[in-house]
Amino acid sequence: MVCCEGSGAADPPAGAATVDSRTAARYLGVGLFALGAWWLVYRSLPVFSRWFTFSLVGLAPGSRLSSAVEFFVYDGPKVLLLLILVVFAVGVVRSFFTPERARRILAGKREAAGNALASMLGIVTPFCSCSAVPLFIGFVTSGVPLGVTFSFLVSAPMINEVALVLLYGLFGWKIAALYAGTGLAVAMVSGWVIGRLGMEKHVEEWVYANPAKPVEGGESQNLSWRDRIHYGLDSVDDIVGKVWPYVLAGIAVGAVIHGYVPENFMAGIMGAGAWWSVPLAVGIGIPMYSNAAGIIPIVQALLGKGAALGTVLAFMMSVIGLSLPEMIILRKVLKVRLIATFAGVVGVGILIVGYLFNVLL
Amino acid sequence: MNIAILGTGCPKCKRTTDVVRKAVEEMGVEATIQKIEDIREIMKYRVMMTPAVAIDGQVKISGKVPTVDEVKSLLATGIRV
Repeated sequence: MVCCEGSGAADPPAGAATVDSRTAARYLGVGLFALGAWWLVYRSLPVFSRWFTFSLVGLAPGSRLSSAVEFFVYDGPKVLLLLILVVFAVGVVRSFFTPERARRILAGKREAAGNALASMLGIVTPFCSCSAVPLFIGFVTSGVPLGVTFSFLVSAPMINEVALVLLYGLFGWKIAALYAGTGLAVAMVSGWVIGRLGMEKHVEEWVYANPAKPVEGGESQNLSWRDRIHYGLDSVDDIVGKVWPYVLAGIAVGAVIHGYVPENFMAGIMGAGAWWSVPLAVGIGIPMYSNAAGIIPIVQALLGKGAALGTVLAFMMSVIGLSLPEMIILRKVLKVRLIATFAGVVGVGILIVGYLFNVLL
Repeated sequence: MNIAILGTGCPKCKRTTDVVRKAVEEMGVEATIQKIEDIREIMKYRVMMTPAVAIDGQVKISGKVPTVDEVKSLLATGIRV
């Protein structure tokens, strides 16, 4: 279980003194330089990967091996570079949000509006799957409706920046936006549906016996900009540091599939024609848990070989968004029927997304 | 003083325990360190994010792995009080 992705390592101390202009200039200078260097390396990757494959290693163009190698040398560093940049940026954004703050914003909001808000907050609030339980309890005991809490719990793990970066880097912004958009929709609707089902009595009773109260200073994060930058850098260290082997492994597998699996091989199994491929994909995905990093490059290769977009999207969402480990953890606070309902409702939502895209595109 | 580390057993919670032990050792402070992993016990402290560290029943850090220095300065304040 990939736990605690996104919370970052230690926060820097809060409330540092105002930064003098020389330090600010220094930070700005280093930042611009780093950005410039990043951009240069990024732009040169296609040329570099071709040079590496054909000139340095001397593989023949058009062969399967060269195809695979070029793919890997291009996509591997490209994705890692993107990850570093985006995780940093998202880390800085995250420094503005805490669960306490999310709770305060959501407490007492009615359905619909609450569901929408919760789904969006889930994306920007740092979330760790081991904190799912305390967070859940904190939310429900302070006036956040059950359905709204679930919207948050669905969107937080599913729509994470690692997934979005990888989707953007490997498929382009349209697919990344699609994933984010439909993920939000699934989170909002499934949370709303669960709210309507009125399953409050399926929450374990002891949960309501211990209402969470705000930790001192938990809500107000008076961090200076320097602190926020450090938080961003810590996030990179933490997340990219943990995830990069999976990314490279996934891209390696993707490279092999890209080079060696014949075109349209997947069309038979995962193509739009096979109606049962969507439920199958969702069904396989639910008990699987992988971090986004490992699975997306494989997905890319599958898509490239003829699998239908809807099926692939559905598979990805159910792997990342519904995780068996998380549901086992939630068993401590939710009765089985509620957990099953939760998995069922979200699963159906993902199914619909899958079919919709197979039909539309 | 009594230090409680609240966490359900994920790697971050283990790291927190190591950090706390190290800080206590380096400060030479008399403290009992207990790891609380049962979620119901943890919820008695009313935290929203684990890992969390409570000193003498008061939650001082929650939601992240603290640095050794952060724990040390908390211990120092504890002694003076």
